[in-house]
Amino acid sequence: MASIIQVQSVSKSYWRDSFEIPVLNNISLDVPEGEFLGLMGPSGSGKTTLLNLIAGIDRPTKGKILVGNTDIATLSESQLAKWRSHNVGFIFQFYNLMPVLTAFENVELPLLLTSLSKKERRDHVDMALKVVGLSDRMHHYPKQLSGGQEQRVAIARAIASDPLILVADEPTGDLDKHSAEEILTLLERLNKEFKKTIVMVTHDPRAAEKAHTVRQLDKGELQ
Amino acid sequence: MKVLKLMLKNTLRHKLRTALTILGIAVAVVAFGFLRTVVTAWYAGVQASSPNRLITRNAVSFIFPLPFAYRDKIARIEGVETVSYMNWFQGVYIDKNQFFARMAVDAETALGVYPEFLVPDDERETFLRERNACIVGADLAQQYNFKLGDVIPIDGDIYPGKWEFVVRAIYQPRDKTVDGTQMWFHWQYLDERMKQEMPGRAGEVGWYIIRISNPGDAGRISEELDALFQNSRAETKTETEAAFQQGFIQGTGLIIQLLNFLSFVIIGIIMLVLGNTMIMSARERTKEYAVLKTLGFSGGHLTVLLAGESLIISLLGAGIGIALSYPIVGLFSLMVPKSWFPIFYIEPVTLVLAGGAALAVGALAALFPIQRALKTSIVDGLRFIG
Repeated sequence: MASIIQVQSVSKSYWRDSFEIPVLNNISLDVPEGEFLGLMGPSGSGKTTLLNLIAGIDRPTKGKILVGNTDIATLSESQLAKWRSHNVGFIFQFYNLMPVLTAFENVELPLLLTSLSKKERRDHVDMALKVVGLSDRMHHYPKQLSGGQEQRVAIARAIASDPLILVADEPTGDLDKHSAEEILTLLERLNKEFKKTIVMVTHDPRAAEKAHTVRQLDKGELQ
Repeated sequence: MKVLKLMLKNTLRHKLRTALTILGIAVAVVAFGFLRTVVTAWYAGVQASSPNRLITRNAVSFIFPLPFAYRDKIARIEGVETVSYMNWFQGVYIDKNQFFARMAVDAETALGVYPEFLVPDDERETFLRERNACIVGADLAQQYNFKLGDVIPIDGDIYPGKWEFVVRAIYQPRDKTVDGTQMWFHWQYLDERMKQEMPGRAGEVGWYIIRISNPGDAGRISEELDALFQNSRAETKTETEAAFQQGFIQGTGLIIQLLNFLSFVIIGIIMLVLGNTMIMSARERTKEYAVLKTLGFSGGHLTVLLAGESLIISLLGAGIGIALSYPIVGLFSLMVPKSWFPIFYIEPVTLVLAGGAALAVGALAALFPIQRALKTSIVDGLRFIG
């Protein structure tokens, strides 16, 4: 199967004051379309940094990243923002929902950047909330939902615009065992039924079990 | 539309903080409006001046009189339409705290020179006919409950003796820029008593009011007029009415400047209050802005969100402040004698200034939070712990 994500000889360093801190060192990785990839490794190994680079919210110091044939490192900030809105769905550890918006409005948020009509947006949101099983909670605010439900709303937000890839950063890291299992089942379903390519960073071996492939990162290098 | 909704919801996220900020801005706008109104009231005489009126006074000082005999010579100057004259009478009505302008005027010409004092024809005729008649402004009549036929007793000080004037006319100011608290009586009545009691002070005029046909001739007429009495016993100084009024408030110029300065300090305070609120709000939402950027929202969207929130707060505060200014200024003008501030109202330009200042403050207060939100990278924003 063709690679939807190609990470080619990517390095990434951060600068803190006058010190250069290398985080990723000459990483190369191909992710085929429809893959469910788990990235594991100890804290500070560079998992989240690699995820951020793939998702286009950070830029590599060296190397090239192709997502769906787009070299995202060459895009300007505004092009990158537009690209993200169409191609990437994000799932964060702490859900990161807007507390002042309802579940419906949170899911609708990325769709506001598209040319969809109000009705089309509503249909997309309804569908996304149905997929995550929260149609009955669409008018609830985040504080009225459990952690697991919040994460499901976040997943609905991530899939609402039907992105090319889903990136998940420790999606079960803040959840109890039962909720974590629900979220993993949902991600697995999105991958199998909806053919979504998923890149997931996790510490949780149970979460990694759901992935087709697991890659280990250590000290900025892929094992 | 949804962005506007998010903006509104963000504004109301900390209801108490937003309410206190709006209240702070409203109080500052009231204070700004009030100070500007005081400054305006101070300059009311200058602003109400007519360009076709010149004032001729003694060149040495306003307190020295001019001879009545100048009248006819002045009238002969080309371009002069009417020559009228007045004396500052002062005196004490009830006690020294009851202050209002009492002036001896040339009854025949005064109302013609001051067309902004509107008097019914029948009252005008009665006033002209009776030598001890007086005319009072409607605001003064309301303050002291003067009615036609009432006698106003005054103890003279500049012109000693007991004086009594009968109210025969009440003038209405043409508009709110005209002083409605003056009292005028016949100069001839004053002069006759002076001839009897203090002959040396008879035939004295405080100042001349000259109506000219063309305001463009003011400079030439003033020069000709003053030249006419050069090297005389009482040299003259002629100037436009606006310059004459300006001379009265020159001594208080520093206070006015201070009030002006304070009114703009208040704008600075509004900015600090709102700026503080916006900085706190933006800081608390650093992570949310990073999430919005992650989802594809641009810098422009964040700018609209932050500037919009700041403008909503500042304009709400300004709106409430402006709405409160009217009753507060009204209450103040009721509490102080009308004659202290004869013209005391909120000028439209004050409202425009307050609204404009609030708008500018709203935009400026959002600058730093916007810059911070745009500058913070997504990665740093997502890591931010507020």
